[in-house]
Amino acid sequence: MTIVAATLFGTANIGPLDVISTILHHVGLDAIAPTEPLPKLLDALIWESRFPRVLLAGAVGIALTVSGTVLQSVTRNPLADPYLLGVSSGASTGAVAVLLLGIGGGSLSLSSGAFIGALVSFGVLLALIGGGRVSNPARVVLTGVLVSQFFAAITSVILMVNGDANSTRGFTYWLLGSLAGARWEPLILTGSLILIGVVAIQFFAPALDAFTFGWDSAAALGINVTAARVWLMILTAVITAAAVAASGAIGFIGLLVPHAVRILAGPAHRVLLPLSALVGAIFLIWVDTFARTAFAPNELPVGVITALLGAPAFALVLRRVGS
Amino acid sequence: MGRITATGLSWSVKRNRLLDNIDLEAHDGKIVGLLGPNGSGKTTLLRLLAGLRRPDAGAVHYDDTPLRDFTRRVLARRLAVVEQDVSSHDNLTVRQVVELGRTPFRGRFDPLTDTDEQIVDAALARTNIADKQHRSWHTLSGGEKQRAQLARALAQQPREILLDEPTNHLDIRHQLEFLELLGTLGITCLIALHDLNLAARYCDHLVILDHGQVIAAGSPETVLTPELINTVYGVDVLIDHEPTTGILRVTYLAPAYVAVD
Repeated sequence: MTIVAATLFGTANIGPLDVISTILHHVGLDAIAPTEPLPKLLDALIWESRFPRVLLAGAVGIALTVSGTVLQSVTRNPLADPYLLGVSSGASTGAVAVLLLGIGGGSLSLSSGAFIGALVSFGVLLALIGGGRVSNPARVVLTGVLVSQFFAAITSVILMVNGDANSTRGFTYWLLGSLAGARWEPLILTGSLILIGVVAIQFFAPALDAFTFGWDSAAALGINVTAARVWLMILTAVITAAAVAASGAIGFIGLLVPHAVRILAGPAHRVLLPLSALVGAIFLIWVDTFARTAFAPNELPVGVITALLGAPAFALVLRRVGS
Repeated sequence: MGRITATGLSWSVKRNRLLDNIDLEAHDGKIVGLLGPNGSGKTTLLRLLAGLRRPDAGAVHYDDTPLRDFTRRVLARRLAVVEQDVSSHDNLTVRQVVELGRTPFRGRFDPLTDTDEQIVDAALARTNIADKQHRSWHTLSGGEKQRAQLARALAQQPREILLDEPTNHLDIRHQLEFLELLGTLGITCLIALHDLNLAARYCDHLVILDHGQVIAAGSPETVLTPELINTVYGVDVLIDHEPTTGILRVTYLAPAYVAVD
């Protein structure tokens, strides 16, 4: 419902039936489509632009939310969020390295550079916090700041030395987080990575619950802690990298949504994971819809809006942790 | 009622021998107290027994089965661990904490069964916190938190429980309540303790550790002697029986007082 409704919003005048039937025509279900195919231009607008964008927003929303939920449990730190921990900075470094330094000799795209950069920064972060052994929230967050600043500095150096005004401007937009580039081909890859990762993470729900009182406690409850941690970190790294590579740096959603869902549904991950994934998808779809329509024809980067909402939420969580 | 046996357990970190050739046994629903000064190796020993660290030498058996033959999950169905001061940043209710004890019995996607719920109910009742089961874990007092942890342990339906100074940070009444409760369970317990009087009163058997070695083992009456306590803790004590109750009593003599003597 959200998918259809969000596809509706925009500068062109489209009705809900148009959206549904366009989608049905394209997936080969012409027989049950409520209306005739739309004119080519509108059809392309819906099928090639709006619809993939809504789907990408959903996928990225799921990935960042689930990633935040898992990181908060594994690092035993309520302030953990992929953006705050510097993964997005690593992604941008990877992206500029490919774009401006020509690393990969043209065989790598901006997204694959971002994907690799995200994985690298995630690895650096995990190494610095001992794979989650460091449980002091302040230290984890400060380590994230450190990773984030370090990669941001590398990115700036590359941009200053090699960039021209145009590429710098385009890149800044990507840095702020935007879903405007959604196209079918990368979406299918991104979406499948995220889907597989999120489903696999669901298998570790009991481990995530048991982590609440620490590693040894979880082990004494029969959890194979090392295996669970390694798998969770790999899966989280992959879905986060996939999301960041597709959308740039969309911050705070991994912090905002899981905490909101916890207040409503409690801390049990069997419920928390699928529910926050759903809420994350719906949330980002609507925020992105707002981002592209509120000031039309100008578009706000969606990351700016999530930051506007997320920063106060971070302050609230921080207050609760402090008390 | 299970049996824990350790034979010749040793463990080192960087050539530093923290545990040296430890033998001990706990069985038949008895409460075995593990005593020793800070750094004597009590916590390390409990970790080895729980399979959380692997010993360099020696073996641990639960009944007649070697520890290494258990998977984590199967072990957790008979052995529970209560730590001294756990914390969580999740907003768990007391009941949710106790439900964690069913983890080794549940499949990855299984909801709690009626049997699980009944076991959780029984554990809450047994530890006398059923009335607080819907309270948030964070709002509990230290004594209530430890009772909830014990309830979580009971939900594992253990044959043995390992407890690492569970009464630290508790006030006197809660210390007594907790140990009294432990004595009524009929489950074999190995418990690290600091307080010699509590150990004398509630343990059936004591094992004294010092510098990673077992210095003495036996009933409180035989083990707790002024000589031994002086050797291990470096403190002079008087030991007698409290006249009205007949309970073994350890009175500490302040070092200054001893010097005058």
